[in-house]
Amino acid sequence: MKVYVPSALRSYTGKKDEVEADGATLAELLRELDRRYPGFRFRIIDEQDAIRPHIKIFVNYDQAHELSVALRRDDEVSILLALSGGSDGRTRDIEEEQK
Amino acid sequence: MPKSDKSNKQSSAKSNDKHQPTTGPLALLIASRKGAFILRGSKNREKWKLSDPIFLGHMVHHMVQDPREPKSILMACRTGHLGPTVFRSTDLGDTWVEAKTPPAFPKAPEGEKGRVVDHVFWLTPGHSSEPGVWYAGSSPQGLFRSEDGGANWEGVSGFNDHPLRDTWVGSFGDGTPDGPKMHSVLIDPQDSNHMYLGMSMGGVFESTNRGADWTPLNKGCVADFLPVPDPEYGHDPHCVRLHPLKPDRLYQQNHCGIYRLERDQGVWIRIGDNMPKEVGDIGFPMVLHPRDPDTAWVFPMDGTEVWPRTSPDGRPAAYVTHDAGESWKRLAKGLPEKHAWLTVKRQAMTADSYEPVGVYFGTTNGEVWGSTNEGKKWACLARHLPHVYAVEVAERFK
Repeated sequence: MKVYVPSALRSYTGKKDEVEADGATLAELLRELDRRYPGFRFRIIDEQDAIRPHIKIFVNYDQAHELSVALRRDDEVSILLALSGGSDGRTRDIEEEQK
Repeated sequence: MPKSDKSNKQSSAKSNDKHQPTTGPLALLIASRKGAFILRGSKNREKWKLSDPIFLGHMVHHMVQDPREPKSILMACRTGHLGPTVFRSTDLGDTWVEAKTPPAFPKAPEGEKGRVVDHVFWLTPGHSSEPGVWYAGSSPQGLFRSEDGGANWEGVSGFNDHPLRDTWVGSFGDGTPDGPKMHSVLIDPQDSNHMYLGMSMGGVFESTNRGADWTPLNKGCVADFLPVPDPEYGHDPHCVRLHPLKPDRLYQQNHCGIYRLERDQGVWIRIGDNMPKEVGDIGFPMVLHPRDPDTAWVFPMDGTEVWPRTSPDGRPAAYVTHDAGESWKRLAKGLPEKHAWLTVKRQAMTADSYEPVGVYFGTTNGEVWGSTNEGKKWACLARHLPHVYAVEVAERFK
């Protein structure tokens, strides 16, 4: 399936903005991407397997909130950078605190 | 005050080349909110050349040279969107390789909430006898060790899983406004198993068994933001330093003043009481002279009312003590005389080991200042940089 890669992660993909990868779930897909592009996964998924606060992942037009989301071969996965300009970091801390 | 053991100092210095004044090229490793920079000094430290930005846009919290392998540098960073990681260069910053296993807490059992490293805040090279060993402190407070030069990191369970860890550090909101931090990871140069660390908040802690267990070391230190009159932990050290020639002496710039501790006495003494009252003894960084355990520099901040954390009265100055805190002298020549509201963060002041010692600091408004005569006169070495988080000296930089 097609995976859209945001600008911040293209240093891992050799500047490609779109790559092909497979996986029955989002977790499997990201494992595959990390195998090919070491370090990729941890920048967007934390050690508790949560999608990082300012990363959004869409499967087609639906936002995925967990890595267990099932995927089909003809799905398109978009990894996006959430709008977060203007924050001085405090916003992130408050969000963490409220989790 | 403690005896100033000049004879012992000199003999120690002569017996160990590491404590002889350095010569040759040096650089300042500048970590900023929007990337890293290397400021290379000429041989006499009169001219400085700024590099292009490294990882422009990344929030670089710390960039530190490995004194055991001077061409190696570690950098802790994240971006606003991307999670925290560590990069390593083995060619003085020309190229960088990301850690295979960055610092991270263990995955929590199903149904339990696990901790997440928000950013790696502090990097410390291990003992000189342990090449490849590094320590990292994180936000929220966690201690990590690498034994392969920063490629793979593991949590130091003796701290991260200590049954009192959560009690010591409080909740996430108890930290500094940009997140609670572990910092000032210090290794005793005479004993690689003997370590200290500082936490905002949490206090100063000591381990004598390579991090397997930890004990609070805060007696005598004020924590006036807590309801408890003389708490064992929960303090807010901003910067803790250990003198390499006298490792049983610690200094700290704390949220509540400037302190010195002689380890055999085990009580922090508030040497900041000897600062001018109109300036106070609040600040973030503290820097030690590499060859004189009695000499230290601080850069006071305004800690009145709502804590502006800018230079008191808009008149920036460093202060130096040559008698272990018994007295302090203002060092402001060359700095703006007024209307200068500088903020210098805890990692953003450092010293080289040249003769005379160079002292340097970076500001949150993107300036780097330096003095090649131990603070007697300052000059602006770089400006228009992003918000400076940290400045470290890299010596033998060629």
